[in-house]
Amino acid sequence: MAEPATEFPLDSAAVLAAEEHEVPIAGRSPWYLAWRRLRRNYVALFSLGVFLLIVIACALAPVYADYVAHSGPNDQHTGEQVRVNGHLRPIVGGGSYFDEKTGKFVIRDLVVVGPTWWHAGGRYVLGSDILGRDVAVRLLYGGLNSLKIGIGSALICTVLAVTLALLAGYYGGWADWIITRFFDLIWAFPVLLLAIALASALAVNGFHHFGINIEPGSLWIPTLVISYVLIPYIGRPVRGQVLSLREKEFMEAAIGQGARPLRIMFSDLLPNVASTILVFFTLIIATNILTEAGLSFLGAGVRPPNPSWGNLISSGQDQIHTAPWLAFIPGIAIVLTVLSLNIFGDGLRDALDPRAKVRMEH
Amino acid sequence: MTAFVIRRLIGMVAVLFMVSLLVFVVFILVPGGDPAERMAGKNPLPANIANIRKKWGFDQPFYVQYARMMQKALNGILPGRHGEYDILTSFQNRQDVVKEIQRGLPATFSLCIGAGIIWLFFGIVVGVISAVTAGRWSDRLITTFALIGISMPVFFLGIVLRYFLAEKPAHPIFPDGGYVPLTKDPTQWAFHLVLPWFCLSVLFIGFYGRVLRSNMLDVMNEEYVRTARAKGLSSQRVLLRHVLRNSLIPIVSLFGLDFAAVLGGGAILTETVFDLKGVGWYAAQSVGDLDLPPIMGVTLYGSFFIVVFSALVDFLYAFLDPRIRPT
Repeated sequence: MAEPATEFPLDSAAVLAAEEHEVPIAGRSPWYLAWRRLRRNYVALFSLGVFLLIVIACALAPVYADYVAHSGPNDQHTGEQVRVNGHLRPIVGGGSYFDEKTGKFVIRDLVVVGPTWWHAGGRYVLGSDILGRDVAVRLLYGGLNSLKIGIGSALICTVLAVTLALLAGYYGGWADWIITRFFDLIWAFPVLLLAIALASALAVNGFHHFGINIEPGSLWIPTLVISYVLIPYIGRPVRGQVLSLREKEFMEAAIGQGARPLRIMFSDLLPNVASTILVFFTLIIATNILTEAGLSFLGAGVRPPNPSWGNLISSGQDQIHTAPWLAFIPGIAIVLTVLSLNIFGDGLRDALDPRAKVRMEH
Repeated sequence: MTAFVIRRLIGMVAVLFMVSLLVFVVFILVPGGDPAERMAGKNPLPANIANIRKKWGFDQPFYVQYARMMQKALNGILPGRHGEYDILTSFQNRQDVVKEIQRGLPATFSLCIGAGIIWLFFGIVVGVISAVTAGRWSDRLITTFALIGISMPVFFLGIVLRYFLAEKPAHPIFPDGGYVPLTKDPTQWAFHLVLPWFCLSVLFIGFYGRVLRSNMLDVMNEEYVRTARAKGLSSQRVLLRHVLRNSLIPIVSLFGLDFAAVLGGGAILTETVFDLKGVGWYAAQSVGDLDLPPIMGVTLYGSFFIVVFSALVDFLYAFLDPRIRPT
């Protein structure tokens, strides 16, 4: 049997030492060492670049809508025409009609303008949907919504999960018991079903308790629902790490110095789990984007006409025979985004801790 | 061991109780307002609202409503009678949610059992090949595919598969969605399920392959593997009996929980894309109308599977790995 290769064949100490022997060994922080490893992982850096490009493109959606496509995300142009390569074409043509001569109802599919690339001067670059809306504009706005929800819920989820994990790991006893039971309770549901259940219960009247007012169509509903259902995915492993750190000598030293609980949790324990949290944060953005897409696909996430990648695919599915690009384009956007995040997350994990035991449970 | 089993079973019942309570709170208290008014439609008569409120039991205290819900949910298991209407009756079409879930079981079970076998088998194959050839091109290729697999939204994969293999070709290879009962026509049953099986498995194959690969690489560095090799055992025997066997233990618990989740409606996206009229599909149909009882019923049903399976996994774990056997 072959010798098991190491995870990082590039990172041999000799190569690095030879290259940077001028720099004194002392004073290199673990973050610097990690960056040095990450810097050599071109695939991971490239993925980060792709992800940032997607984020920037989506953030520029309003600019694109105003100056290139000349159409907002919800502007319908059903009765209009567009000039493609000099020929006028109806944006939405065909459709069923009543033939007065024969007195019959003729059933025909709607025909919409397909991707024009740049032949229509920036209009309908990726074609139109059946309501005459510009798909490219909706794709960017949808991406903006999907990314807002994905990144926002990842932030909320990480902060909540890490705080709970620190409390549970540091105090132990009753606090630990209650927090682990809370994790277990969320864990006892299929993630997507719990998210759908919460999202549809909130969609009825919004949420108006404890001084918080969220309207039914708000983006906050999917954001909060997703961050809530994924808390144990970060909370559990971080709690485990904190529990084992609690037995280390530096904890005794901190307690001996008279440090108070909050200080111990946030200045002593938190930096030691920071690399794990960073990796989880990257990977959970990817998971959250997928979860949001699933929710919106089923109609429990972002509500139409407000676009998101998930509900664009869902509405595109109805036109798959006549206009397959309506479903395929947002799908490809999701795959690209999630794939780039996953590759970068893997690279980040290898760089931060080549012997990492951290794994996404799911 | 007996004490552990008993303690775990008591814990299981406690979690089930909490789960049902949480589901109840989410569906009855979170939406706020009077469900009877929502059900009565636009411009209802006051008498109509009062009638619905009484029939469904919304005028009862919460604990009575909860008890009625549980009585109905457990009706399939425990004997006993329940009222005609209660909060597990669809607001939209007045159907009995528990009966509808039971109707969806054959499709869901056919999908999940088949897919479970496929993803477990291929997940292990993928993991072993990439661990044994770690660092070489075959490993890189497999790792890349596994990454793409876990980055793919299940429903998008489903739509693509359905479009190119069942809808677009003039002579499609596969039927276009739907479910044929096993008892009616076994070949058509399998034929209709090939695409959904594949679609549901892809994510898990990628995921299990990655987990198993890194587990195996960890185990290969263990001292007992070196010892086994030093004794002169063949590399095949070391791989299968020492490395793989120990690396598979975490896969057991992953599989138990994932399998429970898909059985419990977690395959909602696959079922929706392929029009498989299973449990998840039933919940998905109700999302659009915000018809809460079916979603509530399916959520309860799904968590039931997860809680029971996670107890089973714990027992199996204790049996498989003496190092972590609890006392």
